Amino acid sequence: MGRKGSFFWVSFSCGIMVLTFILLPLVEMLTAPSGAMLRETLQDRNVIRSIWLSIYTAASAAGISFLVGTPLAYLLARSQFRGKHLIESVIDLPIVIPHPVVGIAILGVAGKNHWLGQYLHEFGIRIMGSTTGIITVLTFVGMPFYINALKAGFEAISPRLENVSRSLGASMWSTFVRVTFPLAWRSVLVGLIMCCARSISEFGAVVVVAYHPMIAPVLIYERYEGYGLQYSQPVAVWLVLVCLSLFLALRLLALPQKKVS
Amino acid sequence: MIDIRNLNVHLGEFRLRDVSLSIDPGEFFVLMGPTGAGKTVLLEAVAGLVPVLGGNIFIGGRDVTRMLPEERGIGIMYQDYALFPHLRIVRNIKYGLRYHRLDKETAQKRFGRLVDDLGIGHLLKRYPETLSGGELQRVALARALMVEPGIILLDEPLSALDQNFREEIRLLLKKINRSSHITFFMVTHDFSEALTLATKAAIMCEGAIAQTGSIRDLFSKPASTFVASFVGMKNVFSAQFNGNQACVDSLTIEVPQPHHHSTGYIAVRPEDIVISLQRFESSIRNAFPGMICGMIDQGFLYEVHIRVRAVVFKSLVTKGAAIDLALDIGAGVHISFKASAVHVF
Repeated sequence: MGRKGSFFWVSFSCGIMVLTFILLPLVEMLTAPSGAMLRETLQDRNVIRSIWLSIYTAASAAGISFLVGTPLAYLLARSQFRGKHLIESVIDLPIVIPHPVVGIAILGVAGKNHWLGQYLHEFGIRIMGSTTGIITVLTFVGMPFYINALKAGFEAISPRLENVSRSLGASMWSTFVRVTFPLAWRSVLVGLIMCCARSISEFGAVVVVAYHPMIAPVLIYERYEGYGLQYSQPVAVWLVLVCLSLFLALRLLALPQKKVS
Repeated sequence: MIDIRNLNVHLGEFRLRDVSLSIDPGEFFVLMGPTGAGKTVLLEAVAGLVPVLGGNIFIGGRDVTRMLPEERGIGIMYQDYALFPHLRIVRNIKYGLRYHRLDKETAQKRFGRLVDDLGIGHLLKRYPETLSGGELQRVALARALMVEPGIILLDEPLSALDQNFREEIRLLLKKINRSSHITFFMVTHDFSEALTLATKAAIMCEGAIAQTGSIRDLFSKPASTFVASFVGMKNVFSAQFNGNQACVDSLTIEVPQPHHHSTGYIAVRPEDIVISLQRFESSIRNAFPGMICGMIDQGFLYEVHIRVRAVVFKSLVTKGAAIDLALDIGAGVHISFKASAVHVF
């Protein structure tokens, strides 16, 4: 390899700057609380409950995205139709809308002044200040990430494999179950991780719809507002550690496996 | 077996226009045409994989135009083999079995016979990504044959193979076609493939059938200038006819029979034009002195361009013959071709 030019050194310096920018505050936050403080925080039932609620609601949002987003992602990957770009833009809307606006928008249709809100109320479904409300908000903000990741996964699978499957007698359902889905499962997993990651970090929309029951980001915010940085940091550390462990496990599952030849 | 009537397909900007074709049972039918002519779309329309706008497709007398692909009993093989990458070879081959009522014993017998015939017994536990092109093609063929379809559609099945494998698979296809009742409908760019395998063929151009007929007729009796140039008739000239003579510019060429129009075209295959240094004393009626105005290297052959007055003829000669005759640009030569080698249309 020859002498490294200025382009390399500029790229290298930018890389170092970006990594420092991301890691420095995180490392500072993770190392700030003492071991005793972390242990004490873990014995706090409110902390455990809020972290669990964060994981549970984010997983529920991912589950709902999986159920209703998978067929839509397949349709968008395989079909060409008028208005497709419009649908894709609509799906991307939750990504660009400011978070509190998402909460206000959801409350707008879930309130008693709206026919949908009245309908939900009749069935005993409450959005405001409920776990259902949190899941609704998290699905709203997380689903675009799932659909986009899976759509790219489906697009990478040759339609010819499906054509051959059908020519061998398999129905579209059977082809999806035996060929398309097994080939796309890594994209499914990546989509679920993206959806979960986005959901678990949501604060602005949730705080509008449901301050209580308290998910971890709301609890962290409340402790910061009420008692200051030191009191909120241990909760943040535990949330980050739990999330990192979960995502790492899912990522490992999504890594390509070496096939026996 | 396959009867396509006035088929119309619209796929975005592309159109299949009033395509009609008839393929007999057990026939090996080849579809040729330039890239973008619509060959694969026609194949996929027959398989039910693209929506049909108008016209009908009959298979064994049954109208299948609105049937789902899985109900048609048609196998399809692509040039990239399309083996399921997540399944071992054995599961690829047996993939279609669950959709066909077949008892275990018959299925196992058929599987064993196919594996033996195609020589793929040693590949069964492997995944497709570890196989060579020839092996993949054999497995794809076994998978299609395992469900015993009445028709197999082949989309340029040999184009991704190297020459050795190509010859091997070509012979295999011929053998299967002869030993079974399966109708083969194949798309290809390769004339030698078409000539070796096909009994009948069609040529497509811009979404329409330009000509259909026996493979021999397509190559020797093209019906249009497009087909003539597509099948390699490099000498296509517009002509005026007078009895058994065609007048191309100021050149009078003997033709096999009088043409029923006063104007039209003549075509001569380049391999039918003989180049010599001296004029042949023979019964050949079309012999002209000319001058070499171009030589194009084609590997084992030269395409030699000879100007005879204002008309440029193209002939193919081996490199050995070109050296023996000391052919070079500017050299004076004689060309000759039989009247029977001239196709009139």
